[in-house]
Amino acid sequence: MSDYSDRGNKDASITRTDNMPTLTPAHPESGPSHYVGSGGPFLIGDGMTGGYGGADILHDCTISVDKGEIAVIVGPNGAGKSTAMKAVFGMLNIHTGSVRLNGEDITALSPQARVNKGMGFVPQTNNIFTSMTVEENLEMGAFIRRDDISQTMEQVYELFPILRDKRRQPAGELSGGQRQQVAVGRALMTQPQVLMLDEPTAGVSPIVMDELFDRIIEVARTGISILMVEQNARQALEIADKGYVLVQGRNRYTDTGKALLADPEVRKSFLGG
Amino acid sequence: MDFLNALVALLNFVIIPATAYGSQLALGALGVTLIYGILRFSNFAHGDGMALGTMFVILTTWGLQAAGISFGPLPTALLALPIGIALTALLFIATDRAVYRFYRRQKAAPVIFVIASLGVMFVYNALTRFIIGPDDQRFADGERFIISARDFREATGLAEGLAFRTSQGITIVTAIIVVAALFWFLNKTRTGKSMRAFSDNEDLALLSGINPERVVMVTWIIVAALAVTAGTLYGLDKSYRPFTYFQLLLPIFASAIVGGLGNPLGAIAGGFIIAYSEVMVTYAWKKIVTYLVPETMAPEGLVQLLGTEYKFAVSFVILIIVLLVRPTGIFRGKAV
Repeated sequence: MSDYSDRGNKDASITRTDNMPTLTPAHPESGPSHYVGSGGPFLIGDGMTGGYGGADILHDCTISVDKGEIAVIVGPNGAGKSTAMKAVFGMLNIHTGSVRLNGEDITALSPQARVNKGMGFVPQTNNIFTSMTVEENLEMGAFIRRDDISQTMEQVYELFPILRDKRRQPAGELSGGQRQQVAVGRALMTQPQVLMLDEPTAGVSPIVMDELFDRIIEVARTGISILMVEQNARQALEIADKGYVLVQGRNRYTDTGKALLADPEVRKSFLGG
Repeated sequence: MDFLNALVALLNFVIIPATAYGSQLALGALGVTLIYGILRFSNFAHGDGMALGTMFVILTTWGLQAAGISFGPLPTALLALPIGIALTALLFIATDRAVYRFYRRQKAAPVIFVIASLGVMFVYNALTRFIIGPDDQRFADGERFIISARDFREATGLAEGLAFRTSQGITIVTAIIVVAALFWFLNKTRTGKSMRAFSDNEDLALLSGINPERVVMVTWIIVAALAVTAGTLYGLDKSYRPFTYFQLLLPIFASAIVGGLGNPLGAIAGGFIIAYSEVMVTYAWKKIVTYLVPETMAPEGLVQLLGTEYKFAVSFVILIIVLLVRPTGIFRGKAV
């Protein structure tokens, strides 16, 4: 925010301050991207160091995901998990390091430009249009597309059958798990190559969580890379091809999900034994 | 006891004028509510924007009249309306580029926009006075009545006359068309849906690739269309005087807030609630009561709750009651 403030003015008949936008794109105007050669992972945030303007939050943090893989970022509260993901999506100023997608350096791109490049992002909260119907939510997800979206919508309905039944209902009236399905479905509508999920299972019951993870595996099987921040570390690592344990904005452990689950150090410190 | 005459008098002096006035307020309130829902501030420049837009229509009407072009029985102003809307839309977009966009880039608090709109209001007001002056202007032409009081009396043989003016008929029909078009646009078109999405969740709209600057531009164009239509209809129905339009700001805001700011349906309901209250509270009911009660009970006074000069007090009182009892308005506003 700027130095201007409301000075305590809460008069809703003067201004509308509910649900204020909070996104702070590192690059409101998109900069150039350039090809740096193939090879290496499909998406990588390489040696990212930066923060929201004040002190650095990330320190030489590297996150990567390969095609059709599921990569999971876990770690204690305040470890910078969500921050690392936001950095990959261009919502955090990184002064050192780079982000590369499919061999192209996209560090200077705005978040919207990254959407156009095939990245989908599902925020942790406020990730649906509550006053719009489920179908309208999906349509808005596909806003950048000018071609026929009915087939993609059909795929989303096949993935989340409950959404088909509820498609004429305002998304705000759905349960927590269903809302998350709408949120993921919306992001899938652009036909992204990478799907980034910020704590998709936050606030849903264990049964719904298992169901969501199953769906996420299904999405990955279609060739979409998944990068996910998770609070439920154990369950997430079970489905992860690759796991990152972050502590204070630094990579602490990086391995396959299985190896991390088997590592006594990791188990003791981060998975509760 | 004379129900028929009472009914005709009620129609003539209350229902028809209030419905026309309500339509004008509803169109004005829709503009205010759209800006509130999408740009997040109360646009105090709306009244003077209406005055300026109507001025464009009047100047164009005079030009058309001078060129000998008329719209038959309908007012020539209707022909001038699209030109007035286009000019006003350009002006609103230019204002947005010059003033509001700066604050958007600064991510200024919404209250800053309110104060900026106050400045814009003064500029619009000065422009209007500079170009057309502060006086009353007449620009209505065409057939004056759809049904005149005398024709009605002759046709029905009733003592009471019923006058239905062309301007009132046009106001009601235009309002219905405009509102239907607006709702169709917001609910069925891609651009309209993107405006609702932007109003609902700005961050997610951005992540979905919706261009905020485009949403803002389309909003100003629609608001210009609503404001100029409302202003022209009001000018045809009553009279054009820039200061009156500034004063309209109060009933317009009252309408939008009563219905629920940010909710288009609420703006329409609010417009009619305010208009009916204003007309009914300031109308002298003596005539209608005299028709309805036995002769001996006929009232001596005017049976008028408030003098017409106090009509703005009605909006104020309703506004205060709503803010105290149900601040979100009847339709729970804050989303387009």
